Amino acid sequence: MLLSPKNPALARPVVAEDEPLINTTPLMAPSVVLLFIWMIVPLAMTLWFSVQRYNLLDPTSVGFAWFDNYEFLLTDPALLNAIKNTIALVVGVLAATVVFGVACAVALDAQFPGRGIARLFCIIPFFVMPTVSALVWKNLLMNPVNGLFSWVLKSVGLPAIDWFSNYPLSSIGIIVAWQWIPFATLILLTSLQSLDREQIEAARMDGARGWTLFWNITLPHLYRSITIVVMIETIFLLSVFAEILVTTSGGPGEASTTLPFLIYKTALLDYDVGGASAGGVIAIILANIVAFFLVRTIAHNLER
Amino acid sequence: MEQSTGQKIATALVGWGLSLLMAFPILWMALAAFKTESQAIASPPIFFFAPTLENFAAVFERANYPHFFLNSVVVAGGSTLLALIIGLPAAYAMAFYPTKRTKDVLVWMLSTKMMPAVGVLVPIYLMFRSAGLIDTRSGLVFMYTLMNLPIVVWMLFTFFKDVPKEILEAALLDGARPVQQFWMLLLPLTAPGIASTGLLAVILAWNEAFWSINLSTSNATPLTAFIASFSSPEGLFWAKLSAASLLAIGPILAFGWMTQKQLVRGLTFGAVK
Repeated sequence: MLLSPKNPALARPVVAEDEPLINTTPLMAPSVVLLFIWMIVPLAMTLWFSVQRYNLLDPTSVGFAWFDNYEFLLTDPALLNAIKNTIALVVGVLAATVVFGVACAVALDAQFPGRGIARLFCIIPFFVMPTVSALVWKNLLMNPVNGLFSWVLKSVGLPAIDWFSNYPLSSIGIIVAWQWIPFATLILLTSLQSLDREQIEAARMDGARGWTLFWNITLPHLYRSITIVVMIETIFLLSVFAEILVTTSGGPGEASTTLPFLIYKTALLDYDVGGASAGGVIAIILANIVAFFLVRTIAHNLER
Repeated sequence: MEQSTGQKIATALVGWGLSLLMAFPILWMALAAFKTESQAIASPPIFFFAPTLENFAAVFERANYPHFFLNSVVVAGGSTLLALIIGLPAAYAMAFYPTKRTKDVLVWMLSTKMMPAVGVLVPIYLMFRSAGLIDTRSGLVFMYTLMNLPIVVWMLFTFFKDVPKEILEAALLDGARPVQQFWMLLLPLTAPGIASTGLLAVILAWNEAFWSINLSTSNATPLTAFIASFSSPEGLFWAKLSAASLLAIGPILAFGWMTQKQLVRGLTFGAVK
């Protein structure tokens, strides 16, 4: 695969001049073709199904539905509810991960004994598979009877909380935020390490301390990295699924049903291919609004 | 900058406090894995106890655990290997023989990652069903290869970019051909970067939960989907759940720690180094 036809230009000892030394087409082709198919085919099929009457359980429902699926979805309060839940989850988790991510990054950037090990501990949650995270929180910590949290609340004289019945979306948000804080921490920590120490020393000389230093030097320096954290996390958070499946299954009622979970229910539990595809198109549009800005930022970065 | 002893202690306390807080749920789970079931659900919680290995034995006996573990290994390992084989040449070509379109190609590859999985669940599911790929390891390997390919290409690209051009030019001057140059010079030079790329791909595939839950039922089920099946029985199996979980996340934690520095580069597509 790595062999390429011999090229007379080979004799010229220059790298990447006007004419390349080797033919790069066979090197690029596998990746490009695969990703191109991956991009086009499922998307085209989703669009196609979304205007079809197509239910796996009902062979009589065939033919074009045109925009009936969309009309049905858009007038269905379940969709509006799911979009609201999705936005609440994404925004809440983003806020929590940025605040705690900055806190952890600043704390772990400072010198103290055992810092290396402390950093490893802090990023553990990111490497734990989502189903394990969700089940550990659901049972060991948030269980209303035997969970650790209820014991803590009881021992300070407060009533135990039935997390997933009373605050389903917030509880899922707490778990997801916990999973993503290490991601923010890692990126912001890397970014902090490129902060000019002399600039800090100079600011200190001028009498800047603690919060002033943080607000005027550290935070502005982190601004770009925070933007990147927010955009990348948004892409992933729009697809949060396993955490919901193993904790609340979207309930109680529809209280923690997000857009991904609604699509999953419509497709694989109700077998409504057309309706689920219309939901999929809506999810793709939402993600692309964010992706547009993310791709622009990263492409801009490539030029430097 | 001189710090008072009080400040030093405060810094260490805050750093360690936050870290332990973050790690606590997993540490608590690890502790529960060595408890008996009644100790695990005890309230008030038990911190000191005689550790037992019976949960691990039970997990191995009852749940066909090695089967799911092997599925995870095959699916994560296979997809990573495939993504590296497909991605390496492309990253090499773009890093060392860039054309006017290279930047556009890179950005386009990245944009394929932006498609939310759930948006294409229906067509993928139907295609898998008609191709007989539901609940097969090869089906999941295929999915994860596509899922990781853009990240793999990007990460390799940034590692190749870091190789000083002069070294490569010197090798060409000495009469090395591009193919030799790739095998003899570039691969050894970038081996650590390729390794971290591979590790990141393994981690992402190992922990992937959306496709594994939706595209497998039993034969090809990896650990993520297997653990999800613990969600139905309330309460009573906490110690066994913890033991199974600990075994499932153990290897990946080790990998994650090994690759934590390069992780940032991979996950931000080189935007933060």
